[in-house]
This record gives sequence, C-alpha cells and structure tokens, in this order.
Amino acid sequence: MTHHLLAVDDLGTDGIEEVLRLTESFVEVSERAIPKVPTLRGRTVVSLFYEESTRTRLSFEAAAKRLSADTMNFNVASSAVAKGESLRDTVETIEAMGVDAVIVRHASAGVPVQVARWVEASVVNAGDGWHEHPTQALLDCYTLRERLGSLAGRRIAIVGDVKHSRVARSDVAAFSSLGADVVLVAPPTLLPPSLVGWPVEVSHDLDQVLAKVDAVVLLRMQQERQTEALVPSLREYTAGYGLTRRRAELLGEEAVIMHPGPMNRGVEIAADVADLACSVVTRQVANGVAVRMAVLFLLLASGTRP
Amino acid sequence: MAERERRTTPPYGGAFVARSRVMDADDVRRAITRIAHEVVERNAGLEGVVVIGLQTGGVPLAEALVEELTRIEGVPVPLGTLDVAMYRDDIGLRPVMPEAVTAIPSEVSGHTVVLVDDVLFTGRTIRAALNAVCDYGRPRAVQLAVMVDRGHRELPLRPDFVGKNLPTRRDEAVDVHLDGVHLGDLRPGPS
Amino acid sequence: MTQLLLRGGTVVDETGTRRADVLVVDGAIAAVGEGLEADHATRVLDADGCLVAPGLVDLHAHLRQPGHEEAETIATGARAAALGGFTAVVAMPNTDPPIDCASVVRDVLDLAASATCAVFPAGAITVGRAGRSLAPMAEMAALGVRLFTDDGTGVQDGGLMRRALEYGSALGVTLAEHCEDDRLAAGGHLHEGEWSSRLGIPGIPSEAEELMVARDIALSRLTGAPVHFLHLSTARSVALVREAKAEGVAVTAEATPHHFTLTAAAASGYDPVFKVNPPLRTDADVAAVRVGLADGAIDAIATDHAPHPPEAKEAPFDQAPPGMLGLETALALGLTELTAPAVGLPCLSTEALVALLSWRPARIAGLAGEHGGPVRVGRPAHLCVIDPAASWVVESARLASRSRNTPYAGRTLRGRVRHTLFRGEPVVIDAEAQR
Repeated sequence: MTHHLLAVDDLGTDGIEEVLRLTESFVEVSERAIPKVPTLRGRTVVSLFYEESTRTRLSFEAAAKRLSADTMNFNVASSAVAKGESLRDTVETIEAMGVDAVIVRHASAGVPVQVARWVEASVVNAGDGWHEHPTQALLDCYTLRERLGSLAGRRIAIVGDVKHSRVARSDVAAFSSLGADVVLVAPPTLLPPSLVGWPVEVSHDLDQVLAKVDAVVLLRMQQERQTEALVPSLREYTAGYGLTRRRAELLGEEAVIMHPGPMNRGVEIAADVADLACSVVTRQVANGVAVRMAVLFLLLASGTRP
Repeated sequence: MAERERRTTPPYGGAFVARSRVMDADDVRRAITRIAHEVVERNAGLEGVVVIGLQTGGVPLAEALVEELTRIEGVPVPLGTLDVAMYRDDIGLRPVMPEAVTAIPSEVSGHTVVLVDDVLFTGRTIRAALNAVCDYGRPRAVQLAVMVDRGHRELPLRPDFVGKNLPTRRDEAVDVHLDGVHLGDLRPGPS
Repeated sequence: MTQLLLRGGTVVDETGTRRADVLVVDGAIAAVGEGLEADHATRVLDADGCLVAPGLVDLHAHLRQPGHEEAETIATGARAAALGGFTAVVAMPNTDPPIDCASVVRDVLDLAASATCAVFPAGAITVGRAGRSLAPMAEMAALGVRLFTDDGTGVQDGGLMRRALEYGSALGVTLAEHCEDDRLAAGGHLHEGEWSSRLGIPGIPSEAEELMVARDIALSRLTGAPVHFLHLSTARSVALVREAKAEGVAVTAEATPHHFTLTAAAASGYDPVFKVNPPLRTDADVAAVRVGLADGAIDAIATDHAPHPPEAKEAPFDQAPPGMLGLETALALGLTELTAPAVGLPCLSTEALVALLSWRPARIAGLAGEHGGPVRVGRPAHLCVIDPAASWVVESARLASRSRNTPYAGRTLRGRVRHTLFRGEPVVIDAEAQR
C-alpha cells in the first residue's frame, strides 16, 4: 500500500478496489449507534488547509475522529503563514510536533506532492489547485457503485469546467481505472488545452450525451470564468451546458446525477434537478466520511510487511 | 486456517502444512453438538441468545452452531458476524484488513451474546471482539465458544465452551475447518 | 613576470585543431607550438588529453547583483563561470535596481573588476524594464554596453521596440529579445500541452514565444537593426529564425542547455527546480533546437544561469520563480548530449560545440576583439582547458554558485573543465576554483 494519497493513480485499480471494499466496512461503522472505532487511537491527523473548504475539512475531521485519531487543525489565516512563513517551514514545524498524517488542501497544484517529499508522515491530498482531489473521486466511485453496481462498461459524463477542476482530473482517472467510459462535455475554453493521455471522449452537445449515459457529474462553474472571458455569460453557459429540468428528462431511468458541491443552483444545475430522486448529492457527502475513514485506515493502520 | 490469518501472520501469506490431524469431520460435528447442548443448558434455553461468529474462521462454526441450536430447541436463533480488525491492538504492526462483513443481527443490549471463533490462542482477538460488541450495546452476558483452545493466553480470558483443548508450541499453527482440525506449521509461501 | 605553460593539449579555435602547447606570459599568449620548453620559473599545467580552447563566452547570465545577493553575487557567479570554462559573461539587467542607466552600469563594472571572469553588463531597453519608455542607451553604450535587453520579459509594445531598434542602430549595439507575448503567456508556469493539462498547471503556449519572434524578425527587416533572440525554445521559433537568416535579416539566436536536454515531463513531480522561462517544452522542440544548433539557425549556446535561493524554489510550483543554474554544467551538457547524442538527433563535432560556446557568442556580444579569438601569439590569455573524457556527477551542494537550483543534480556528465585562465591567471586548476 502506498504511504501517501496524492493522486488517484497512486492507488491503481487494485488500490481503488481496496478502498471501496474498506469503505463498506466504515459505512457500517457510521450507521452504528456509536459510530466510532478505536483503530487509530494515539495517532494524530492534522489538517493543513491553505484554502478554505469547510465541507472537505469537516469530512476528514469526522473520519479521523470516528477512527479515534487525535485531530489538529492548522488554521493558516491566523498562523505564522500569515506572517510570511514558508510552506516548507510550516510543514516541518507541524511534523516536529509528531503527526502521523497531514491532510493538505492548497490552491496551488502539486503542493501535496511537494509536502510528501519533506515529511515522514502520510500525506493526503484534499485538493490541490486544478490538479487532483482523490478522495472526492473515490467517494464518487463508491456512490456510483451503490446505485449502478460495477462501473465496468458504464458511460459517465463529466460536464462543465474541466480545465480548472481537480475533481474532473481525479474522476477521469478513477472512473476509467474501474472500466467506465468517460465523456467530457464542456465548451472548448473550459477543457484542458491538451487531452493527450486522457482516456476520454469529448462532446460539446450535452443533449445528445445525456440520453446515453449512466451517470452525469456536474462541475461547479466559478463566477470568475466569465470575467476571464472563458464564457460570454453564465446565462449562455447554462443554456448550453446547465442540467436544466428539460435536459434531466433526457436521462435514462437508472441514470444518476452527481455534484461535488457546493452547487450553484440555477447555473450548472437547475434548482429542482438537484432534488430529484436520481440526484445522489447528499449520498456523496455521507459516503465522503466513510471513504476518508478507509483512506486514513489504509495509510495509517494497515501496517507493512517486514 | 483462515485465509486472512495466513496472510497476516509471519511469514505472511505462507502455506499451512499439516503434520497431524487432531479431529476429523465427525469429531467436529460431535463437538458442535455438545457445545450446542452446553449453551442451551447454561442459558436454560435460548431466550435472548445471539450467536456471533468472528470473521473469518469463526463464521462457519457459528453457522453450524446456530443450525444445531435450532434443531435442538426448535426456535430460531439470531446469527451475526463480526470483524474485529478495527479493534485490534496490533494495528500498524502487521497487515490488517477489515474486509469481512460485520452484521450484527439484532439488538445486543440485554441479550446473551455467544461469540464463536475457531481457535483461542493469545486472547487478543477476543479482547477486540468484546470491545466491538460493547460498541453495539450492553449485552446481558457474553460467552465464548471455540473449537480449539491451544493455550498461550496473554490476557485473563477463559472460554465457556471448548471443542478440544490442544496443547501446542507457540510456533505451531492450527487449522480448523468443519471437515477436520489439523496441527501443522506455516511455511513461507510462493508469494 | 609570470609564466605559465599549458602542456600536452590540443588547441581548438576558429582556425582549426592542432596539437600544441601554449605559453602564457604576463596575461598574454607568448608562444603556441609543439614541445615548448619550460624553465624553472614557468608553472606547468597538464593539458594532456585535453582541448585548449579560447575561454567560453556566456551571452546570458543572471548574476543577481545588485539587489539579490542572497541568490548570487558577481563574485560567486564569476567563480561558477570560471569553473564552467567561461572567461566572459554578459550579465542580464534584471537586477534591483535594474541596469537601466549609467550609474548602475558603473556599479556592476566596479563589482566585476576583481571577479574571476570578465563581466559585461547588458543594459535594459526600457526604463525599469517596464516596457514604457526608452532607457538611456547611449550613456550606457558609452560605458561599453553592447547588448540591450529587457530579459525576464519581452518588449510588448511593437512600436516601442521599433524605436529602440532604430535608436540603437546608431550606437552600434544589438538588442536582445526575451520573446514572450505577455497576454498569451499570462498566468502560465509550464509549457502548455500534455503535462500542463495533466498536472493542472496553467500553461504557456509555444505561440507566446513564436509571435514575438515573428514580430521582431519583421522589425529587424524594417529597421535594418540587428536583433538577437534569447533562449529560443520552440521548433517554430527555430524555423522562423532560420528562414529570416536565409532571407538576410540581421538576426541571431541562442539556445540554453536545458532547452536541448529537458522537456516538460521533468516537472511531473512539481519540483520548481524545473520551472524556467521559457518553459521546458516537448521532445520535438528539443530535437528542433538541436537541429538549429547543428545547422546554424542558432548561433550560440547561452546558459540563462538564473540562481534562486533554496527557499524560493521550495514554494508551490506556481509561486516559485522561474530559472535554473547553468554556468557550471553548460559545456559538459553540450559534450554529453550534443557530441554523442541519441540515435536520430544531430551530432555536433567538439569544434562546433566550442564555436557555439566561444567565438560565435563573443561576436554577438561585440566582444570578439578580446574574447573567443584564436589561440595565437599576442592575444589575451583567456583560455579554457577541457578534458572531454572526464566524467563527473553534478552535486548541487558542491556548486560554486550561491544557489542550488540545478535541474541536473545527480546526473553523470562527460567532459569537464580542467583549467581556466583569465587574463593569464589560472583561476581554475584541476577543476578547483583558485579564488
């Protein structure tokens, strides 16, 4: 097993399967009257979030606590970082306190990869710039499997701002690793400039894609993409790529709607579509804790063969 | 012995090589029948009794025990399975995988839980199982049934129902199946 | 009177290659020939199996002084240069304050007076390198500045660049362009393509460079003034320059060792040591740069030596400054990669490599009278002695530069500078700096 989780590819197909299998055990734990096991007693997990993300931070914190780990929260805004401390100094200071895992979120791609070079502790990428958000992809896989069974041969559309999306990068890697076919649907300005090595198809016609997919992942559309002239207006974006009520009706009966959150209702997803039975958005959040328990367990508790 | 135990005991993933058979299928069956009668006798019936097999080696024995209990008393007995991996005290020291199903069938609070495992050795698995069961509620009593008690206890635990007391060396291995019990060794496997 | 004899080497210069010892007396070459005798007062340096070449000339180094002495000083940069075989270095003007007026030029020249190689400051084209108004080029030219550039950034305003070329043509100077269209490159940190997309790092498209190359070729044609292109990195840039030269436009170009040895794939681990501007590009670009070096489309190898202190390179990739060390590894990379390349890539002779590092850049920098000239009696003794067979491992901790940001740490390279003579003084002996 890998010592860090920096990108989905660190796990490989077998590793993803292992996480999903473990997640099942932790979903069971989460459903107990006392949703807590003593597994990581005495271990310390610190969240180092350079970019605010309440939901991801809380999800990791809940996961660590349900495993009985001690948790620390490094608040960047009120710390030495605000006084100009370098990333490496901050990380080495934290490690000196004796931590077993560092959960890193940063607006710059690759920071968790760099941090992993500097520390002995396990590093978990909780989202880095446009790069990856591996635990989100794992919980997406788990949630899809709850609904669809195996992902092999399934067709999944990822719709929206793929270019700036760490979720999209991780989802593409994870879905395709489990045998799904992925189609990216976005205006060309919101696709990465090169898709060499991406196991995906590309479409600019959402209506046509929707009828043939088993799941659709909607990405958050950031307001500033408009000012960057990547789309003329959010209205035009919604007209072309938003999952409106009309478009949701094009989906097959079994099809699933996902969104990593937070949603812009009325932009990438219509308000009433988000609440349809085929939307598994809240299920994603619930599974997020169990998936993160599985990841922490794998990194910290599975031990290594001598 | 259980596949997972082979993977998680040095030499990790080794092969069990039997040296002698200590019980055959009939012996195992007779032991289960006797334990079933002892359970009924001890609890004056099966009112409030829940049987929980420990993953993974205890599960087939628990299933056989429940079958036998039902046959004797003519009432259904709730059967559960429990994976104690998340409660072990050697986490991080060796490969541990909670991958087997934990399914506790009914309320444990106020019930008598009969834990079933294949081999009682150091007692650490049972310690973990006791903690796990208590996370589900407050049982009226917990009793322990094992097919083989091989000694070498590291904790103050004693089984309530035993198929066979089997003196062993620490470095030996015991393999329990419904079709027989063997004493042997773990040899490094091909992996 | 000090006398020094380089014994047993093979002299390589513009006039050819021949077995010869070289006697240096009082800073000048006193004799060149086989079997020269040394009296007891003559220091003899072994050049057996080595090439004795004119000192190398780097058109492009960032010595960081004044203003960023934590990264490099003129003294440490010059020591690194001497170890790399360079006896002359053009110092880029993006210092703090920038070299954009006579007083800063004078400061740099003063600091350089005691350095172990000649340091020629390049002047900024625009005041503060801000791209708005022309810097006082004439007053800087009067102090000997021959190359002007806003390096670190390109002159975005084509009209301003045209005026700079026109104005400079009367001064006999050359303008050197860092070709990068700011708007197309905006926010980028890595070559735009497969790796930037995979790593989620904003890219810099090749076209950001190529557009400005094309524009400046047109402006050179328009004004008749020479333009030197700094650090060409893309296949189409090389092709554009080749075409312009065939047409007779007065352009020259350089390429860096990292652009003929590394691609964007090197940044796959997000180590900012591999962040540089222009960015590392693709295999096809590397191949095109090598072809350009072989066929003359590119005139010179320049290091773009860009020191940054460790803490700056330990920042997130998109926050770290671009740049790599180069002075101490450039020659060895040329010998390792260009004179014995992988199948399918052009192979350069050792003589051609030395030309790209010595007399050809000397000519572009307007230094040919003093540097890069033939090894001949009466010429100043700026010489480097190269052991082409020596193999060594790049260790960042052992570099003379004050910084450590070499992308080649751990690499085994073939070919090393054994001795360097600057004004006849042995500033490097047996690969050790003497001061």
